[in-house]
Amino acid sequence: MAEYTLTTPLTDADIEKLKSGDVVYITGTIYTGRDAAHKRLTDSLDKGEALPFDLKGALIYYVGPSPAPPGRPIGSAGPTTSYRMDTYAPRLHSLGLKGTIGKGKRSPEVKDAMAKYKAAYFGATGGAGALLSQAIKAAKVIAYEDLGPEAIRELTVEKFPLLVINDCHGGELYTTPNLEAALAG
Amino acid sequence: MRTIPAQTIIDKVAEMCIAANRELPEDVLRTFKERQAAEENPAAKETFRQLLENAELSRETGLPLCQDCGLAVFFVEMGEDAHVEGMSLRQAINEGMVKGYKEGYLRKSSCDPFTRKNTGDNGPAIIHFDLVPGDKLKIWMMAKGGGSENMSRVMMFPPAAGWKGLREFIINRVAEAGPNPCPPILVGIGIGGNFELAAINSKKALLRDIDDKHPDADIAKLEEEVLASINKLNIGPMGLGGKTTCLGVKIMVAPCHLASLPLAVNVQCHSARHKEVVL
Repeated sequence: MAEYTLTTPLTDADIEKLKSGDVVYITGTIYTGRDAAHKRLTDSLDKGEALPFDLKGALIYYVGPSPAPPGRPIGSAGPTTSYRMDTYAPRLHSLGLKGTIGKGKRSPEVKDAMAKYKAAYFGATGGAGALLSQAIKAAKVIAYEDLGPEAIRELTVEKFPLLVINDCHGGELYTTPNLEAALAG
Repeated sequence: MRTIPAQTIIDKVAEMCIAANRELPEDVLRTFKERQAAEENPAAKETFRQLLENAELSRETGLPLCQDCGLAVFFVEMGEDAHVEGMSLRQAINEGMVKGYKEGYLRKSSCDPFTRKNTGDNGPAIIHFDLVPGDKLKIWMMAKGGGSENMSRVMMFPPAAGWKGLREFIINRVAEAGPNPCPPILVGIGIGGNFELAAINSKKALLRDIDDKHPDADIAKLEEEVLASINKLNIGPMGLGGKTTCLGVKIMVAPCHLASLPLAVNVQCHSARHKEVVL
């Protein structure tokens, strides 16, 4: 398993070298977005409107941070469960999105889209929101402010620690549960 | 009749909400350390290291342990010889919750189910009341995140399903949830009662300490057996494999209708945040 430091925006070459299990530190800009924001992004695409940020080479972090206390750029900021965004992810990958960050399993459709459009799915440690927030140096809301924690934010990150869960070559890091052993007792 | 001023309840509840979101209970921290030592899988060990560092950081900085500060769930035991002065008990708990989530910079996650519009104050709190003898007021607060709650299920079995059927459902549910609910998880199980009581009991069971043994030896044995079985799934911390998929299984049993065998499985993420206060 390799370790990489990548700077955004990501390229095809960045993604192609990644294998599930690799550790990746991201430096640069990442965008936040979860359920409600994804719905609005998709509605905008349907209407032919411009998106609030450039998807090309971009990374979306599935996170709804807690409010920033005085003197900090952001509150606690760990990943939310990704499957809820599965409906929207393939379309965004087809338009240039290079990676998503979250926790939990992805659908076959998302995995296919990642292989086809050269993208990766990164895992961050769920529940480690205080720890992960330390790598976020700046944050500003760039769209859908009314959604509160679900608004789209532009985050400036330095060495944001991630694990490659799904790579663009069909590799996956999550284990398949050993149901037989568990049911046998 | 003992009188408890509403303001006391508001202040205590606010404190509990903030503390629960910043301080993991001692039994959870201790179990993290034990399981970290027992793991051989490097990814599992590293996940525990990060969770322990996160807990320390949260205590030091006051940042919530997890950005999902949960819906605030309360279990309340109100003594029949006590009464609240100033406003209703429900209102006092709700006001305390709103105060705590605001002052603690905790995320407000409550929204309208159709429009998805955020209520803005994490309200209303979800409160389960019980009347008990005496003049004390006991309140448990639980910060329950959405990711793990979504993995929970209620199932109405026919009595013929028996323990075998229940056990299979529980194990399958955890297997299917996989990495989604932030393992290592705790599993609260409500058996019996009816549709709603099973669900309430499955969550109430999670208030027990991880080390706590069920007073009924037979149920205690079932808890241990199911825990051991779940840990054979090799889901592991954050789904990366390992011996620790589950930290504890807690069962609560109630009599049920002769036609029914209700089962509720409440999945709790590793950030098992709860506090209690007695007034």
